[in-house]
Amino acid sequence: MTPSRRAFAAIVGKDLRTELRTMRSLPAMVLFAVTTFIIFRFGLDRTALSGSLASGVVWTTLLFAAVLGINRIFLPEREEGGFDAFRLAPVDRPVLFAAKATVLFLYLLVLELIVVPVFAVFFLQEWSGLVPLVVILAATNLGFAALGTLISSMAVNSRARDLLVPLLLLPLVVPLMIAATSATAPLLEAAGPSYDKFGTWLLVLGLYDGIFCLVGYAVFDFLLED
Amino acid sequence: MADRSDIAISLRGLGRDYGDRAALAGVDLELPRGASLAVLGPNGSGKSTLLRVLATLLRPSRGEVEVLGRGLPGESWKLRGEIGYLGHEPLLYEDLTGRENLRFQARLYGIDDDEAAARIESDLDLLGMRRRGDYRVSDYSAGMKQRIAICRAVLHRPALLLLDEPDSNLDPEGREAARALIGGPEELAWATGRPVTRVAVSHEPEKARAEADRVLELRIGAAA
Repeated sequence: MTPSRRAFAAIVGKDLRTELRTMRSLPAMVLFAVTTFIIFRFGLDRTALSGSLASGVVWTTLLFAAVLGINRIFLPEREEGGFDAFRLAPVDRPVLFAAKATVLFLYLLVLELIVVPVFAVFFLQEWSGLVPLVVILAATNLGFAALGTLISSMAVNSRARDLLVPLLLLPLVVPLMIAATSATAPLLEAAGPSYDKFGTWLLVLGLYDGIFCLVGYAVFDFLLED
Repeated sequence: MADRSDIAISLRGLGRDYGDRAALAGVDLELPRGASLAVLGPNGSGKSTLLRVLATLLRPSRGEVEVLGRGLPGESWKLRGEIGYLGHEPLLYEDLTGRENLRFQARLYGIDDDEAAARIESDLDLLGMRRRGDYRVSDYSAGMKQRIAICRAVLHRPALLLLDEPDSNLDPEGREAARALIGGPEELAWATGRPVTRVAVSHEPEKARAEADRVLELRIGAAA
């Protein structure tokens, strides 16, 4: 294994071990999402949703639950000196970006594994659209993870980071949300999934993912400078 | 004229500002490889800033800085892995155990797992932490954290040790034990004959003068 891959695996392993031990991020994200679904269920006074309304509910909830995880992703590095320890080590700095984005991607994956079935139980009468939805979820997660890691690394040194993350993230995530909701709506139709413009929206998601992965990888070196 | 390869640290007119305030100004120094330097001065005189500049954690605002033959900040990336830095913060993750922190550190430095395990056990043993290595860092006292932080700073066997008040939080027994890992060149258990340059910030002038080859006294805003 190359030194960079070893460092990458070490950071991912460290973060997952810490989360399993402390449960500081994921339970809060899951609780937020489930509570939001309950509020939507009673607020909309609907037992079944489909199409664009179902898509809007699921992505709004996932977006704000993701913000909770994004806010915390660099907190140990900031509060326990992990940034300094990393900057002293002979490791390319984008490795930290790649590792943190991977951890965030995994958090989102676990979140969705739990809350999307809850959403389906609460609101969906036709479940067959959930299978192709997995592709959309994965592509959107990658964009969230890349952009969220980038924003979080910029905001973490500020005392107003809880405010800064949503302020910076939400406007930038609008194109991702448009693509994700537009791709999801036909999949959650009451009559069963349709694949209208599925490929086009997937391409948009892929482009967005590619751009923010590249931007993050390119600028992360500068973000870690003093 | 001295061979430049024998010089561990060369500073000419080093300055570092925080906003409008000069934390360091006009620091000149030439320290040979393998030598020991004590940095003295009152609070706010820039001792910790100097160490952070040498550790490549802060960019100098002005002046020329060369560490182990590399010019800073331009070649700072070439120095990574050569420096053992012990600052005011232990740089340990609170929710991992002492051993887990050291293993994580070893992987960042690309140390082979078997070699890392041997070094970790030997260093923990030297500092009397072998039995307590599996406690979470959050459960350690300040002195125990300092002992693990010392292990962390030397785990990769650096050529330059930068120590910011290394004795802080250590009891007399701990101070004595730590000498095998961060003491003078003849005391280091891990150096195996290669020159290790040591720069230590101290608030004990008499002890520091007795132990170090050179002394750098900083005043607020300037070097003495």
